[in-house]
Amino acid sequence: MSETKSGNGTLVGIDGVQKVFQRGSEKIHVLADLNLQVRTGEFLALMGPSGSGKSTLLNLIGGLDRPTRGSVSIAGERIEQLSDRRLAAWRARHVGFVFQLYNLMPTLAADRNVELPLLLTHLSKSERRKHVETALAMVGLSHRAKHHPRTLSGGEQQRVGIARAIVTDPTLLLCDEPTGDLDRKAGDEILTLLEALNREHGKTIIMVTHDPHASARASRTVHLNKGQLSNEPVK
Amino acid sequence: MAGPLNWISQISSITKFGLMSIPQRRGAVASTVIGIAGVVAVLVGVLSIAVGFKQVMTASASPDAAIVLRSGSDSEMVSGLGRAETVLIGDAPGVARDAQGPLSSAELFVMINLPKRTTGTDANVPLRGVDRAALQVRDSVKITSGRMFEWGKNEVIVGVGAAQEFSGLGVDSKVVVGQYEWPVVGTFSAKGGIAESEIWTDAKVLQAAYNRGDSFQSVYTRLNSPASFQQFKDGLTSNPQLNVKVLRQSEYYAEESRVITTLITTLGILIAGLMALGAVFGALNTMYSSVSARTREIATLRALGFGSGAVVVSVLLESLLLALLGGAIGGSLAYFAFNNFHTSTMNFQTFSQVAFAFKVTPELLVQGIIWSVLIGMIGGLFPAIRAARLPIAAALREL
Repeated sequence: MSETKSGNGTLVGIDGVQKVFQRGSEKIHVLADLNLQVRTGEFLALMGPSGSGKSTLLNLIGGLDRPTRGSVSIAGERIEQLSDRRLAAWRARHVGFVFQLYNLMPTLAADRNVELPLLLTHLSKSERRKHVETALAMVGLSHRAKHHPRTLSGGEQQRVGIARAIVTDPTLLLCDEPTGDLDRKAGDEILTLLEALNREHGKTIIMVTHDPHASARASRTVHLNKGQLSNEPVK
Repeated sequence: MAGPLNWISQISSITKFGLMSIPQRRGAVASTVIGIAGVVAVLVGVLSIAVGFKQVMTASASPDAAIVLRSGSDSEMVSGLGRAETVLIGDAPGVARDAQGPLSSAELFVMINLPKRTTGTDANVPLRGVDRAALQVRDSVKITSGRMFEWGKNEVIVGVGAAQEFSGLGVDSKVVVGQYEWPVVGTFSAKGGIAESEIWTDAKVLQAAYNRGDSFQSVYTRLNSPASFQQFKDGLTSNPQLNVKVLRQSEYYAEESRVITTLITTLGILIAGLMALGAVFGALNTMYSSVSARTREIATLRALGFGSGAVVVSVLLESLLLALLGGAIGGSLAYFAFNNFHTSTMNFQTFSQVAFAFKVTPELLVQGIIWSVLIGMIGGLFPAIRAARLPIAAALREL
């Protein structure tokens, strides 16, 4: 196994997690008895070939899916035991998602996209605006606030996606191939931004990637292959 | 965190995204809205026929007016009363009187054939012979042009409904029936009531022309007050010289109109029901396509923490809004196309034509809106459930 338990400061604790998908009569074992700890303030890169279960693991950590067996604890809370409703509320409070294809609302301008997660809070309109301005400033897109996604470049759209992910100041930032759809230059800028969020703002980041260039920017890299973790890249 | 306000703001945002994406699916959305508008327009349109017909049949009947027929007869057509009986009825307790005597009009009528303006084909029109008290008995009757016929002469006055539906009934024209000629000397209105579909003359003249001797078919009376009806009815039914049926005019006309209104209402609901079935499938299709076009959007919102309940409600809400729009269009269409549309139909009870106008009432419009809401609910429910059950993780990656 790749991990040593770090005791204090553990933010994410994956314990004996198994994930089995049923496809017709066939059972597909994606994750097998997997353990992983991520400490607060870490920038972890999760690597592996296609179909190795990286995204599945990220979905389990983000509360988008539930393990077939085992436990997922985030900041001491067993999230696989929460009801769907409480899990949705938990996601809103604790997790910021960054998607490979940005997943922005095409009909909303950048600032309104960033504001979305704040609609789930009790913040007033003016407070929400302040948070949105701060988040957009952090990703360097204040001047593009009123632009719709289709008028933004891929890199800019991903920055909006990151601003949306950090606007609620979540405990955990989960990035699924954040540079997968970008050219090298734009991808580098996104990685630099994530690095800064980790180093300067102390954000705990888990990033799924298959790009060694991207994982090199992380503070630690683990490799997933056939449902198992290792510290070594897959041969 | 999760309060009702928060929930409402979730619903309103998701609904807003749905509505904002309508331009991208305008074809399907428009066909659904038009489908629902069609259902509501047909429903309201057809039912407005029944409402208009019933309104005409009952409009002129005031609560203090009664009609007396021979016992066992369902309509004036099959009733028969002698002069002596009509006098006894006029003298019964509860009948209002004026200086000339009781407000009681012994009447008879015959059917005559006249060509309809619209088709040129002949149809039945009642030619009614009335007594002097006829205008007091029905205080809604007003001469609108020309004058009242002269008693003892074979002159007629024509109801405005009949004048509108049939040709050759203008003032100064002549109604020719068999060897008789009946000059038209005036027209009259009756607050939209059934009398407007009739032609009136002196009862005695009509009796002579049609060899009716001194017999009548009905007696129309005005009572002292609506409460006098029971006294009047008891007085007549307990009189051994009489064998009569006593009804309030309103009851009589409601019964007369029942066959037609039931027929039209049943037919209207049947047709609209079949169309509604089609509209439900249209709505289902639109909402399924709305959900599938927004699969990734909905999954993203769910990932961000929006609840599945809010997704269900907002998909339903979108469907309801489209249905309401359809309902409003259909209702307006029915109102502008059908309200006060004049026509006439056969009253099967008397085999005579009744002129009436379609009536699109507020109640009918509400009924139409209720239908559209139901279509919207049914059409939105299953797509809403599908949206809420989307597996988030897989749906997030959909293109």
